[in-house]
This record gives sequence, structure tokens and C-alpha cells, in this order.
Amino acid sequence: MDVTHQDQAPASFPGGVHPTAGGGILVTKLDEVINWARSNSLWPLVFGTSCCAIEMMSTASAKYDWSRFGFEVARATPRQADVIIIAGTIVNKMAPVLKRLYDQMADPKYVIAMGACATSGGPFFYNTYSVVKGADHVIPVDVYIAGCPPRPEALLHALITLQEKIRSGATREQVRVEKP
Amino acid sequence: MIEELATTDAGEMVVNVGPQHPSTHGVLHLVITLRGETIRKVEPHLGYIHRSIEKMCESLSYRQFIYVTSRMDYLSSHINNHACALCVEKGLQVELPARAKVIRVLMDELTRLASHQLWWGAMAMDVGALTPFFHAFREREAINDIMEETCGARLTMNYMVPGGVMADLHPNFQKRVKDFIHLFRSKIDEYDELVTGNVIFRSRMEGVGRLSAADAISYGCTGPTARGSGVRCDIRKLAPYEIYDQLQFEEPLETGGDCFARYLVRMREMRQSLSIIEQLIDNIPQGDFQAKTKAVLKLPKGEFYSRVETARGEFGVYIISEGGMTPYRIKFRSPGFSNLSALDHMARGYKIGDLVAIMGTLDLVIPDIDR
Repeated sequence: MDVTHQDQAPASFPGGVHPTAGGGILVTKLDEVINWARSNSLWPLVFGTSCCAIEMMSTASAKYDWSRFGFEVARATPRQADVIIIAGTIVNKMAPVLKRLYDQMADPKYVIAMGACATSGGPFFYNTYSVVKGADHVIPVDVYIAGCPPRPEALLHALITLQEKIRSGATREQVRVEKP
Repeated sequence: MIEELATTDAGEMVVNVGPQHPSTHGVLHLVITLRGETIRKVEPHLGYIHRSIEKMCESLSYRQFIYVTSRMDYLSSHINNHACALCVEKGLQVELPARAKVIRVLMDELTRLASHQLWWGAMAMDVGALTPFFHAFREREAINDIMEETCGARLTMNYMVPGGVMADLHPNFQKRVKDFIHLFRSKIDEYDELVTGNVIFRSRMEGVGRLSAADAISYGCTGPTARGSGVRCDIRKLAPYEIYDQLQFEEPLETGGDCFARYLVRMREMRQSLSIIEQLIDNIPQGDFQAKTKAVLKLPKGEFYSRVETARGEFGVYIISEGGMTPYRIKFRSPGFSNLSALDHMARGYKIGDLVAIMGTLDLVIPDIDR
């Protein structure tokens, strides 16, 4: 099937419009439309443990404004959130709480590890007795961001990367479903 | 784990707030005992962001350990670094060049402004006004840009080193700071118009969370929390460091002891910081920005203590040295920990909705408390 007439649909929309005599016929795949819709309205969970939370707040505020990409509905409860941005260090006492928050989120759910601490323990990797060396010891992570703390642009890039991952069906959730 | 909702024999209800709660500004866990809506007891549980920084510092050299302290009170990272650098310099007996001293004070005051701006936005958001948050972050970005140009980072700068500062000021620094002062002079009046006189805001703030001067002293409160109760405790005045004794500024004091008094103290502090920056920005002396120090620093055997005024109160660094390349023990005296200890006393008898306002005016930074 020839799906090339994309100029009448949004650029990111998965599919095309076939012009016919009585109007156009939209041709697409249901899975791709669902992924496209999901990727454009991700609600993040307000989960900031330390310094990175300030940069997350900067990203949410006027200059960087993550609502341009559909992230502005930050939720305080995990039951209403789609993506958890781990902004800060996870210590041993916090790890069960993080796991519980993740379990309370509704499927499909995505995880971004923001900053060096959430990625690997970062500056607190050596000589500490209480830091979890990376949030992926506790919950699975989709996108990692480097930096201590990362700039707001880096967080925006991670959010866009997550959207692309969801659209292409490459997130951990989607891959897991397709396995036999 | 404590039950999420429990009733005691006396008919009191136990409610958990946190560790995942937007108004605790981090991962603080409060166990609140309620009778109806009235608070009987607030019990803070700490440790959700305890990163063992004090223990870490024992294995880091005197140049290295300063960078970890940026991550404690990340809103006053310059001032934390400053206290550590001062303490090491006290041990080394290094005399700083005049330029380094002025740069340090300038950076401290810019950090204090940025911290108070964020507090203002976050506290207004806590009591239900979302717009001030965006206003505060708009001006805060200007300070972040200045910091980024000179120090290379927006938040955790690590700019202060033993003997001075890491690099010289950026050529644009003076111009950008002057532009910022010009901008912020008008914006701070806008802050007052938007929030300070607001009837709803004042009814949430006035007469809520009273702390008497005697209680503030006995709980060890410092900074704007104690100054809101009329206690003189500004380290910049009481034990001046760097060039604070040559500067003209006043210590804002309010006697109300309630949330609104603490709010007013911080608003007045912002104006004082602006005036300090204005006094210094045209008078930065020429010369070196760093004193000559050895490549490997060794403190003589002994105990050293230095203290500075952060945006939250008195921050102290206590180093015990055995004469080696690393400290034998480091203890940090963080202002947030003492201020939080007064929360139970302040909140008793008020409604549960007031707790958010009280915590907002304490300006807690949880990694500063847990370390």
C-alpha cells in the first residue's frame, strides 16, 4: 500500500491520507496511533529527592517550559502519572519507597533516570555506605541522563528521546509485550 | 512500616505525610497526630536522602571534599563551599587577596538572592498560588546565567577553593550583574504587589506557626526563622568573615514570630543582598583571585571551626585534623536540621492546612538536613 501523502496529516502522525473523490481516507495502524497518542501526553510524577529536582523545576518553568512537548501536567500522585523522573540520589532507605511508587503507577509506565546519582550513584559512588549505585538496581529505567545536575536542555532531550522510543515501540514495556 | 492511617486509643488519628509529597520539598517523612483537623504532634522522620557525606569527606583530600558540600544545601552551594574553604584556610593560615574576598562575597549574595527567589516561588505554590513560581524562576534564570558564565555551572558551582576562587571573573560579569540589579529592583516590587499584600495570602500567614524568641533560641534556630522571632543571629554581623564588616547593610528583624514575619524577613533580606551587590560591583579590586597554596594541602594537627550565614541560617564546618592529607573527622552544622526541630513546637494547635504554610516559611532543603 502506498502511504506517501503525509502532507495532510501532522508530521509525526504515523500514517497517511489517501485522497478520493468524496474526501480522504486515513490509513494507519492502530498500535502506532496508540503509541503516537501516548507519546504526546506523558504526565510526569513529581519525584525530586535532591539537586536535580531544582533543574527539573527550571525545566518546568517559563524559560525552558516542558509543556511545549506535552509534559506540563506534573502529578503528585503515582496513580495519575505515566513517567517517573528520578531526580536525585536514591539511598537505601528510599529504595523501597521508590519501588512502591513504581508499583502504584498504572501501565504503561516509563522511567527516566536524571543525573549521575540516579544513573550510577555519581559522586556518591565511592566511600559511601548508604547510596544505591543507580536507580536501575531498584526499578527498570528507559532513558538515562548524564550530568550533575543535567542542564534543562538535557532533560528536554531525554523527554524527546522517550517520546521517540515510545513511538517506535522500543520501550521496555512494549518490547516485553511482544516477546513470546 | 507505620500504618498509613491509624487511630490511637485517645481517638486521635495518625497521618503520614511524605516521603513522597509535593509540599515537603524533598523526601521528608512527617508522622502527624491529629484530633479532628487540629495538629497534636508532628514527628519528622529523617534519612530518606542520607548520603553519608560526612563519612565520605574523611577519605577525600582538602581540595576534593569541598565539591561534595555543594550537594548538601544545593540552593546555597557557593556559601557551603565558602564555609569549607574558610575552615581549610584557617588551618593553613593563608591570607586571601582582596579580589578573592570581594568575588566570594558577591557570589554569596547572588546565591542568597537565587535561593530566596526559589523559596518565594515554592512557598507561594505551597499555599496555593501557582503564578509566583513562574515569576520567581524567570528572574532566577538571570542569576543562573551569570553563574554559568563565570563558574561553569548553573547549580552546583564548586567555585570556592582553599586560597580564593577557582577562576577569574568573566569579562561580562559586571555588566550582567548590573543589568540584573536593574531588572530585579523593579521585579521585587512586583513580588510585593503580587503576594505580600494579598488578602488570602495574609490570612494564611498571619498569626500562624508562632515561635517565641526564647523558643527560637532553645531550639537552636538560626537565619530568617529566628530573625522572624526577633533574635539577632546574622553571622555576617556577629562574626564577620571576609569583608562583611566593611559593608553597609542591616539585619532585618521582625518580632511577630509567625509565618508572615518570617516571610517579611526574607523579602527584606533580598533587598539587603541587592544593596550589598551594588556596593561591591563597581569596587572589585584588581589583583590575584587566588593565594599561592601548595599542591597537596596538609592541615596541622588540631581542630578548626568556621561558620557562615547561608540563606537558611548558620552553617558551620568542624574539621579535626591528625596532620594528614585527609581530615580525621568532619562535622557539618546545618541550619535546616535545627529549624526543622522547631516544627513540632510551631505546628501544635494549628490546623493541618497550616502545616504546609509553616513548612514553607522554614525553607527546608532536605539533603541539607540529612547530609
